[in-house]
Amino acid sequence: MSDTATETRAVVIEREISHPPEKIWRALTQPHLIEEWLMKSDFKPVVGHGFNFRADWGTVDCQVRTVEPNRTLSYTWAAHGLESVVTWTLTPSSTGTHLRMEQTGFRPDQQQAYQGAKYGWPKFFAALEQALARAD
Amino acid sequence: MPNAHEVLFRTLADPTRRALFERLCRDGEQTVGALTAGAKVSQPAVSKHLGVLKQAGLVRDRHEGRQTHYSAQLGALAPLIDWTSQMAGFWQNRFDHLEDLLKRMDQ
Repeated sequence: MSDTATETRAVVIEREISHPPEKIWRALTQPHLIEEWLMKSDFKPVVGHGFNFRADWGTVDCQVRTVEPNRTLSYTWAAHGLESVVTWTLTPSSTGTHLRMEQTGFRPDQQQAYQGAKYGWPKFFAALEQALARAD
Repeated sequence: MPNAHEVLFRTLADPTRRALFERLCRDGEQTVGALTAGAKVSQPAVSKHLGVLKQAGLVRDRHEGRQTHYSAQLGALAPLIDWTSQMAGFWQNRFDHLEDLLKRMDQ
């Protein structure tokens, strides 16, 4: 008895941004720009390309799934044994761009390691972070 | 019956217990003897704390010969965590950075 739709969760962030899609696309796909707002990476806008995001708390392993310039970008996002898919959608609007990010695919039973490491009681979990990363 | 949050908070509020749990998370499975060697309390006290951790589901014990091995059960922390709101916070923050960057790209 399992239903994938109810067992996975999604995070959706949407924002009106007063810049054109072409410019946001550059920020989403050029590593020197990605690093400025997200993390260091060796991203390439090529379907199937495997890359990492690197932060002081660890590494996110990714693979590009969809590239439609100035419209849609999607990649898998795996950190601390936790796998999901991040999808960016850019829609032109009268003031610029409607930018939507959806991260989906986490199962509730996958959550604790990553979340325990990253959030919660900051001091306590800070001490656990490395242990949790190794526990995978 | 107290809810899961209460049990976890109460269990981990004690610094000695928290230290034992952190050590099991950090170093993996340990015997009571090994845990006592690194703690500032006696073996009976360590055993008692491990019993409380076990009741809360935070550790599991495994008997092997005369030794009892304890390991951390990270899944027990799940009730403390509201995954979606935390991840949403992460991305909201990144969106802010993205907008800052887009402004700088104009210059």
